[in-house]
Amino acid sequence: MHIDHSKPLEYSTQQNQLNILGFWIFLGAEIMLFATLFTAYFTLSARTGSGPTPAEIFEITPVLIETFVLLTSSFTIGLGIHAMRLGRKNAMMTFFGITLLLGLCFLGTEIIEFMTYYHEGATYQTSAFTAALMTTLGTHGGHVTLGLFWGTFIILQVKKRGITPETANKSFIFSLYWHFLDVVWIFIFSFIYLKGMM
Amino acid sequence: MEFLERFAIPHPSPAIYASMVAIALVSIGIVAGLTYFKKWGYLWREWLTTVDHKKIGIMYLVSALLMLFRGGADAIMMRAQLSAPDMKLLDAQHYNEIFTTHGVVMIIFMAMPFIFAFMNLIVPLQIGARDVAFPRLNALSFWLFFAGAMLFNISFVIGGSPDAGWTSYFPLAGNDFSESVGTNYYMLAIQISGIGSLMTGINMCTTILKMRAPGMTLMKMPMFTWSAFIANVIIVFAFPVLTVALLMGTTDRLFATNFFTTSNGGMDMLWANFFWIWGHPEVYILILPAFGLYSEIIATFSKRNLYGYTSMVASMVLISLLSFLVWTHHFFTMGQGALTNSIFSITTMAIAVPTGVKIFNWLFTMWKGKIRFTTPMLYSVAFIPLFTIGGVTGVMLAMSAADYQYHNTMFLVAHFHNTIIPGVVFAMLAGLTYYWPKFFGFMLNEKIGKVTFWLLTVGFVLAFFPMYITGLDGQARRMYTYSEATGFGALNMLSFVGAALMAIGFVTIVYNVYYSFKNSSRDIGSDPWDARSLEWATHTPVPEYNFARTPQISSSETFWDSKKNGHVLFKGEIEEIHMPNNSGVPFVMGIIFFIAGFSFIFGLWVPAVIALIGIFVCMAMRSFEKDHGRHISVKEIKETEEKLGGAK
Amino acid sequence: MMALVFILSGCEPLLVFDSKGPQAARQANDILLSIGIMAVIVIVVMVILAYILFKYRASKLPDDYEPPHIEGNKWVELVCVGIPILIVAYLSFVSVKSNYIVESTPEGYENQEPLVVYASSSDWKWHFSYPEEDIETVNYLYIPTDRPIEFKLYAYGPISSFWIPQLGGQKYAMSDMVTTLHLAADEAGEYMGRNANFSGKGFAEHSFNVTAMSQADFDDWVEEVHETAEPLTEDQFEKLLEPGHLGQMTFTGTHLEFSPAPEHAHDSMSEEEMEDMEDMENMEHMDHSGH
Repeated sequence: MHIDHSKPLEYSTQQNQLNILGFWIFLGAEIMLFATLFTAYFTLSARTGSGPTPAEIFEITPVLIETFVLLTSSFTIGLGIHAMRLGRKNAMMTFFGITLLLGLCFLGTEIIEFMTYYHEGATYQTSAFTAALMTTLGTHGGHVTLGLFWGTFIILQVKKRGITPETANKSFIFSLYWHFLDVVWIFIFSFIYLKGMM
Repeated sequence: MEFLERFAIPHPSPAIYASMVAIALVSIGIVAGLTYFKKWGYLWREWLTTVDHKKIGIMYLVSALLMLFRGGADAIMMRAQLSAPDMKLLDAQHYNEIFTTHGVVMIIFMAMPFIFAFMNLIVPLQIGARDVAFPRLNALSFWLFFAGAMLFNISFVIGGSPDAGWTSYFPLAGNDFSESVGTNYYMLAIQISGIGSLMTGINMCTTILKMRAPGMTLMKMPMFTWSAFIANVIIVFAFPVLTVALLMGTTDRLFATNFFTTSNGGMDMLWANFFWIWGHPEVYILILPAFGLYSEIIATFSKRNLYGYTSMVASMVLISLLSFLVWTHHFFTMGQGALTNSIFSITTMAIAVPTGVKIFNWLFTMWKGKIRFTTPMLYSVAFIPLFTIGGVTGVMLAMSAADYQYHNTMFLVAHFHNTIIPGVVFAMLAGLTYYWPKFFGFMLNEKIGKVTFWLLTVGFVLAFFPMYITGLDGQARRMYTYSEATGFGALNMLSFVGAALMAIGFVTIVYNVYYSFKNSSRDIGSDPWDARSLEWATHTPVPEYNFARTPQISSSETFWDSKKNGHVLFKGEIEEIHMPNNSGVPFVMGIIFFIAGFSFIFGLWVPAVIALIGIFVCMAMRSFEKDHGRHISVKEIKETEEKLGGAK
Repeated sequence: MMALVFILSGCEPLLVFDSKGPQAARQANDILLSIGIMAVIVIVVMVILAYILFKYRASKLPDDYEPPHIEGNKWVELVCVGIPILIVAYLSFVSVKSNYIVESTPEGYENQEPLVVYASSSDWKWHFSYPEEDIETVNYLYIPTDRPIEFKLYAYGPISSFWIPQLGGQKYAMSDMVTTLHLAADEAGEYMGRNANFSGKGFAEHSFNVTAMSQADFDDWVEEVHETAEPLTEDQFEKLLEPGHLGQMTFTGTHLEFSPAPEHAHDSMSEEEMEDMEDMENMEHMDHSGH
């Protein structure tokens, strides 16, 4: 494996570059996935049948908590990658750890949010609107959950093997994933929650 | 007992019982044969765990050919049932299951693996690479396809086939009107296979963008690689739409959500929209690699360079962009009004322009050439007028007011078969014949090949052209029978004769393989056709590492340059080559996905959840894996090269 | 052109070309126009191909002939792009014009009051409700000639497609909205009608008969129905909706009072109709669940 020391560690081998490009293309596919979910949501959001409307169930507090927590976690993972570039393993693992913890808080808040909806009569089966809402939020939340596991595995590998071209590559790609989820959340926040609460 | 009842076939028939027996016997036969000949180890080492793009390509090829026969069996049964008025060969329910499985099998489980076969076999060789960017992911793509295909294929003996058409419109496909598990098979098998396709999309795009031999700029790539690249870009952007649509269809059926229902705000039209936003790009995914194969074959057998390289590339880029802007033409009659229909009419007709450019470029490639009528060339020559007819009927269909008469009639059926068969199927058969010697070391018999060609071409015209007429005479599609008074009998009988000729043609392909295996010379060298592009610069059989030294690129026809213009392909010292190791994980994941799919289909929640967890466990294992592959030593490379006929 | 089609179909015109109404005539015209232009393209390609194959086949060329390297010619390519663009532009113009024609009252019929017929499908029969005449038929349709007909289409259940080839094209009938199809018959006669969109087991037989007659004859028939037919009750209608096949049936009254059409899509009807619909909506809870 030939290491190109003129490039950042995560780009420093041929396979590393392939992995990063491949992941960007994967994110392109993910954009289409979420675009389809959003399209379904916009088409179905007024079709509430005999169930509650968006304005009736959306509450600003949990949404603000989720937004703050997730956006902060994007900042902390940015700090983590920065630490990685400086070769500071402990700082990197700490920031990654905080990121995942914040992710866990996000998830917890979202679970409580769903439980509240359920008790208010907005279940998965209630209407086309609830189906689209929960599938979109759920897909995003599912991605976050997967990210919590994936991120944990990466922290464990960095702990054991240190910052190598391989672990740097994985960590960088994970950060791309995490930032992507944050961008999707901004769309969710703006076009689902805010729009629905007006 | 009640638990087992859910697996029973809702509408059994003698043919289905016979198939159950046949499947059981064949499966036992395969297991017995492998055991008797002690081939389990070989199977595991060489095929089930391979990450080699060439072997993966061959597995796709074999699968596609098997599925061609499954889909073809469906077709001949349909044509037989419709050959005369009021035939009682198939009742409505069986006919509905058969045309549904015919469509899904042919598009998802025959045509897609066929193009993936060629992409896998040819693209790395054409760009001078040793494998694709992600060999493990490549293997996983195949095993997910295979799992999806196996799942779909057992539907007719366990639980019942889907019967709502390959388009599976709601509310017909919902629980109210499709009560058997058939449509669950549809949703889950296609979903699993689709995930594999998406992975190939990512893999091929990365490979083509980053693994070309030095000197091969994008505009010096062989045309098949360009076509594969653009098709894979379409895959990346189209398949996620299908993923979401299938997910929603699944939750509607399994978890009582209301995406596409007729109550609680559900919107059945949304399925049609999502399905076709994927569905139209899908047909371009199929046709572009076919166009790429024709470009290679026509150039080789005209002994000329491909005419209009730049416009060939530009036209495919334009086609891929437009393909996402036309989906509504599949349901002009859904009531969206004159303005929307007008916009989509125009975008649809616009696609004819870049496609027409390609037809003319192929004609001009043959101009002033030296044309050899080999079997691959015959398919290509027949493709040009036949596909043109299919394409212009597409322009006719694009006129949406007129489409109000054509829609859902046999005219439409004729159009899409007229583009897919001369377009995709002929290209696949031409490609099969063309590339066969490179991967199997002997040529397919030309005489038999020509017989196949004529049977298929004449059979195709007889089978499908009458449908243009019966469609204009009021014969709707997907009708299991018609009365004598309609007058459809004569032309449908003609269609049946054509289909029978095609069936015979397909059987001659099998005979050709057998006959050629037994009789063809194995001394054909590595360039039996006097071809032009880099994949022919390899030995036959192609060694594991493809090229001992990375080739030097001169133009889009580097191999031809090396033969005719003194360009030196291989320079410098042979170095150690790094190759990935085999892995059993993709195969195991394929099995787990199959179990997950099967469990969801039948509502077996515990195994479903366990299987899902299993998938994530495999992914976790991959994350922690420290396998860095192996190196092939210079000594071994030199020995292999000597054995194959001199260092390249 | 027509002669060829005649011969191939056994001397009777194909239904789509056997226009008995202005919409079908317009569509048949578009189809024949496009066949003509497309035929020219196909013939041009075939002639060029035949010529090239004949002239440049290897068996007739000297052994040492080396074909030239030709990258391309921008004038040739300009023609190959330009002519298709012109053809597509022309056909687009024709097509857009036709789109608006088929979505409105047929030309020449604008000053007449349309006959409104609600055509709804259930598995696997057709229900034709005439709200103004206050009658309903199953699986057969009587219409007056020389008068615009506005079909209001919807479905109880799977999507179906209402199609009378000799009068015009089809349109989907769905359960959550009403679509409108504008047709008219110029000639009296009997025509074939059917569902063109696959809807399950009974799809092949999901057809209906259409009889066009003079307005006077039509009025006589309406009167006869009122004298002889039974009123349609809600219970009866529920039974009719059950999956299966039925013969032809006639009723007075329509099902629209107790099972109204899903009309709340704003782009499929006039303002007046919308107001009527809203009145009805206020009167009773709309039942949207397909049967």
